[in-house]
Amino acid sequence: MTMERKMAHTLVVLVEDKPGVLNRVASLFRRRAFNIESLTVGHTEQPGLSRMTIVVEGDDFAIERLTAYLYKLVNVVQVEDLTHTQSVVRDLALIKVQAPPESRTQIMQVVDVFRGRVVDVTNQSLIVELTGDVEKIDGFVEVLRPFGIIEMVRTGVVAMERGSTPLYVPLNGNGQAHPHPETISEN
Amino acid sequence: MKLTGAQIVWEVLKREGVEVVFGYPGGANLPIYDAMLDYPVHHVLVRHEQGAAHMADAYARVSGKVGVAMATSGPGATNLTTGIATAMMDSSPTVFITGQVVSRFIGFDAFQETDVTGITLPITKHNYLVTRVEDVGPALREAFYIARSGRPGPVLVDIAKDAQQNSTEWQYDPAPLKLRGYRPQRHPLCRQVEQALELIAQARKPLILAGQGVLLSNAMRELQEFAERAQIPVAMTLLGIGGFPASHPLNLGMMGMHGEAWVNQSIQEADLLLAFGMRFDDRVTGNLKTYAPNARKIHIDIDPAEINKNVRVDVGIVGDLRETLQTMLEHLPRLDHSVWLEHIQEMKGESAVRDIQYLPPDGHLYAAHVIHDLWRFTGGDAIITTDVGQHQMWAAQYYRVDQPFQWITSGGLGTMGFGLPAAIGAKFARPEAEVWAIVGDGGFQMTAAELSTAAQEGIKVNVAVINNGYLGMVRQWQEFFYERRYAATPMRSPDFVKLAEAHGLTGLRVERREDVQAALETARASDGTVVIDFRVEQEDSVYPMVPAGADLHNMIRRPVRTAIVETGEDEL
Ligand SMILES: Cc1ncc(C[n+]2csc(CCOP(=O)(O)OP(=O)(O)O)c2C)c(N)n1
Repeated sequence: MTMERKMAHTLVVLVEDKPGVLNRVASLFRRRAFNIESLTVGHTEQPGLSRMTIVVEGDDFAIERLTAYLYKLVNVVQVEDLTHTQSVVRDLALIKVQAPPESRTQIMQVVDVFRGRVVDVTNQSLIVELTGDVEKIDGFVEVLRPFGIIEMVRTGVVAMERGSTPLYVPLNGNGQAHPHPETISEN
Repeated sequence: MKLTGAQIVWEVLKREGVEVVFGYPGGANLPIYDAMLDYPVHHVLVRHEQGAAHMADAYARVSGKVGVAMATSGPGATNLTTGIATAMMDSSPTVFITGQVVSRFIGFDAFQETDVTGITLPITKHNYLVTRVEDVGPALREAFYIARSGRPGPVLVDIAKDAQQNSTEWQYDPAPLKLRGYRPQRHPLCRQVEQALELIAQARKPLILAGQGVLLSNAMRELQEFAERAQIPVAMTLLGIGGFPASHPLNLGMMGMHGEAWVNQSIQEADLLLAFGMRFDDRVTGNLKTYAPNARKIHIDIDPAEINKNVRVDVGIVGDLRETLQTMLEHLPRLDHSVWLEHIQEMKGESAVRDIQYLPPDGHLYAAHVIHDLWRFTGGDAIITTDVGQHQMWAAQYYRVDQPFQWITSGGLGTMGFGLPAAIGAKFARPEAEVWAIVGDGGFQMTAAELSTAAQEGIKVNVAVINNGYLGMVRQWQEFFYERRYAATPMRSPDFVKLAEAHGLTGLRVERREDVQAALETARASDGTVVIDFRVEQEDSVYPMVPAGADLHNMIRRPVRTAIVETGEDEL
């Protein structure tokens, strides 16, 4: 049943790889007054399909609405909400941090604990790369902050459900749309 | 066969059965226009691209076929947008073809370049930017398919000039299209149909809310069978008018902001609403918090995104309305709701006298008189198009429509300027029909230039200008909610009789009720398009009225006075 609690939802949206598709999706969020927290796009195992991972805040009802609106876009092939599933969710961060000789060792230890990687070194700074779920990166940023973060970028999350079933199964040509969540058949 | 992109445009249109297109040429669509001369299609040259869009829209609504309009790049395309948005809001199957600057100039702010696919993104069901001649055919075929299937709507194809000029090997492929991300669900799911039938069996005060989906899915017969067998009364949305005969005893009339009081009251008292192809627009629900508080709700719509959008429902069925009703009819028993129907009759008795049929007999000409008389004169058989405003609501109340596809109005967008071009589009869809545009003096002037189109085409439409000297509907809101401060609503108009005459058309003026009939007869007898300037009471208001956002049962009622429509044979 629906919970009227607002939380961050992670949606995976499979779209046809056509010009303007990103604009269509982004425009829909704006027009229907949803706020995108993060959005990533990339290729998939399926030729012609791109995969967006979109993090958006809302209660279950709002996400159900959003899903229905997304399906109205002709180029949207499939929408899945991975929030309540067993999923691997990953964000990647590059963080340029002040690292004069006196604090460098300490920073390296923190990077080690978080299993980050140092990818650039100067006399006064390091660039650290870290992959992980959102909380892990948030935690890492908090620990680094006192050292002096010069610059930071995060990619936004990508996500994939655990287990061996694929997200996308090509339709067998029965002409049926991917059902709206409300209409999933039990017959 | 090797064809240019421009030829491919017309090849596809021919295959799609397009007989008439409405449009306007310019630099960026010249190749398409040039190729047109070799194809057996009738082109209607409009006076403003908005007119072309409304004509295509109305043509589609009357004929059930896809309406086509075209324009050049830049200003041509932007002029279409009001009409595209109108077609979008009212789910009208339309294809718009615009010329775009040469592809290598796209993005360089070239002369008359506009990002047309960007501008029309939120007001089309889908759109295409075609920059290669190879893509012209496939894009157009998809456009027609998408425009007419599922929940219909406008699709725009923007074609770069070089894609029109270049040639490619092309053959029409009649195989049905398969689009990965677009597969409208036509068949309802059994479980939900069963649940709906259960709710119907339990209901004592059921009510059908019939929307435009009835017409779009051709479900008129099924709806009537359904209502009669289950003895459930039917209320209509503004766009649902014509989906169920006005004269049918189970027809309550229009619901919503200017719906009749007993209709809205019935909705508030119902214990089951069956929403058939309608979308619970705010103009029909009023305050959602107090809307139909006792009713369970069944919603049937082809568009999954409409289910639970405005009103949370108990059973949502995604499917083609006609197919869904056919499935339900296989199981629907005969039912009796005579207690409920009698109760509605009692409510009707009281409000019918008050809100709709009665106006002071003070010698003035009222809009209601004109429309009532027009209804009688045409035997209710004319195609009526309207503009937007008070006259539109009066037309909905007083012109009682029994047949489908006979009532054409801009509902969702409420686009002034729709009436006259819509009448022209309707006439092309059904040349044998008598077509009347009922328009206000304000809205008429927005697209009055299309009189010239009607004259050039030599077609006959009739324009009833309900001339009250104001932007009437806005004036009414100012009267009710802004202390009669008439900011920017008094409007001076040209002499409409002379305007008609300047176009070589017939113009008439009517100032008294006694003269209405004669004018209608003159209009009918004349060969070409006729404009009648009906000088009606200036400060009349549409009753009843649910103020925007108010509870549906809190209607502003007409102050009780005396009858407008005489008794006896004149009874509505
Ligand atoms: C293009 C457009 N502009 C403004 C409005 C707002 N509007 C709605 S009704 C109305 C008044 C229409 O006046 P008129 O055409 O004279 O018709 P009446 O209401 O007097 O019957 C206006 C201005 C609109 N619906 N469409």
